[in-house]
Amino acid sequence: MQGHVAAPVKVGVLAVQGAVSEHMDALRRAGEAIGVAVEPVAVRTPADLVGCAGLVLPGGESTTISRLLRSSGLQPIVLARANQDLALFGTCAGLILLATSAKHDVADKDIELLGLLDCEVDRNAFGRQKDSFESAVAVEGVGTVPAVFIRAPVVTTVSEPTQVLAKTERGIVAIQKGRILGTAFHPELTGDTRLHEAFLRLCADAARTAG
Amino acid sequence: MAAPGMSRSFDLETLRWGTQLVKRGFAKMQKGGVVMDVTTADQAVIAEEAGAVAVMALERVPADIRAQGGVSRMSDPSMIAKIIDAVSIPVMAKCRIGHTAEAKVLEALGVDMIDESEVLTPADPYFHVLKKDFTVPFVCGSTKLGEAVRRIAEGAAMIRTKGEAGTGDVSEAIRHRRMMSRAVQMVKTMDDAALDTLTDSFVARYDQLNQAVLEDMGLEEADLDAAYAGLPYEELLGGIRDVLGEVRKLGRLPVVDFTAGGIATPADAAHMMQMGSDGVFVGSGIFKSGDPKKRAKAIVEATTHFDDAKLIGEISKELGEPMVGRSADELDVRLADRGH
Repeated sequence: MQGHVAAPVKVGVLAVQGAVSEHMDALRRAGEAIGVAVEPVAVRTPADLVGCAGLVLPGGESTTISRLLRSSGLQPIVLARANQDLALFGTCAGLILLATSAKHDVADKDIELLGLLDCEVDRNAFGRQKDSFESAVAVEGVGTVPAVFIRAPVVTTVSEPTQVLAKTERGIVAIQKGRILGTAFHPELTGDTRLHEAFLRLCADAARTAG
Repeated sequence: MAAPGMSRSFDLETLRWGTQLVKRGFAKMQKGGVVMDVTTADQAVIAEEAGAVAVMALERVPADIRAQGGVSRMSDPSMIAKIIDAVSIPVMAKCRIGHTAEAKVLEALGVDMIDESEVLTPADPYFHVLKKDFTVPFVCGSTKLGEAVRRIAEGAAMIRTKGEAGTGDVSEAIRHRRMMSRAVQMVKTMDDAALDTLTDSFVARYDQLNQAVLEDMGLEEADLDAAYAGLPYEELLGGIRDVLGEVRKLGRLPVVDFTAGGIATPADAAHMMQMGSDGVFVGSGIFKSGDPKKRAKAIVEATTHFDDAKLIGEISKELGEPMVGRSADELDVRLADRGH
């Protein structure tokens, strides 16, 4: 950071459905941890996204989130700004939406994949809710973080230029391409903010690009 | 709780299922959504297509249970299994209050969340299911703070208002939400001593069995160690006190808090969201209406965009016949009085 006090970085959380307030809290806490002023914004309409350096696609039901992403008119704007001046972080359902393909066809579930991370995802890969679990996962460049998997997907294959950040016996659970981050688990449900800190650095980077 | 940095890899030794974090986390993924009652696989598909975050599988919706009377029990597992196969969203199902064996069957079946529900005929007059013992998360109904706190202390991962199911009359749901919000406001300003007193008052409900036995035996003192189906009294007290501490700190329930019971229109759903509800359950309101597909979709949209009156007006146009309502004041049986 330069020698002056920076204006708060506006970071959006797609607020149609799911763990929205948890992500907003995690972003605030992550900002405090690394000394960056963060202004979390609940994004429901294209107007809400104006001025945001990043957008979190939270966990929830992927069908519900995908449909509302389209009906709100946000989808084309997110697609246009991704890779340019918008950092993205998808967790669980959010990761599914960022993927290029899904193991089992999702078109009949009315899910439209954004295709921003070059990978194939397998929805509900661990089974039903009784198979959901918490564990710890070693994430490259971040460290070992507590991870909560809730009816979680896994990434089955990844292709360049998307990179694997965390791999487990059951599959890949964290990936990144440039300023786009995806995890199969829910960092927003734990007290550990290191993944949100990493995302804020990507947001700051995107904000600089936007000038 | 996972201890950061303790585990070096993701392996079987570090895996934990059914923890409080995992169960409450599941409920958090439902926030801002609509859970719809369905009685067939076809209805479940309609609900999923309309954007429901989950479906509640049951043989009869509350309006029919109310009309037909009799004892209402857990649904036929084969019917629940068909619904599980038909959709990819989570499937919930109901067990009777206190009926641990029904709950175990539902868990084994792969249901994603169990609703210990007053809509079915209560099985145990004294105790609810000890939900901490389960891997699968539970949602429970409540009419006021004491009930909600007891259910959370027993392990519920989600609370919903009881409302008055099967009526299409939202007034009882509003009553319960107002009761809850006002009580939470009061807890926020309480000091430790006041919270301890409130804990004693909330825990007293568990003593009913002891009191009944004492009366029968003509004695005056109870063995409180057997307060809750084998759970020591001290543990019960500590659990209630912990939940109340969380309520005071957060200024809300420490678990996801939905509204249920009587929601029939998009504006009903929006109104409950405006009152601070985390989401809504719609029981009889959808599939007892004239055009379920259209109404289901409209209620989902109204729940998301609850503060956009213009949009709610648009989607409320020509929805067809709403379910035939019954005023909660005219009922012989009030489901909300079941449970404690």
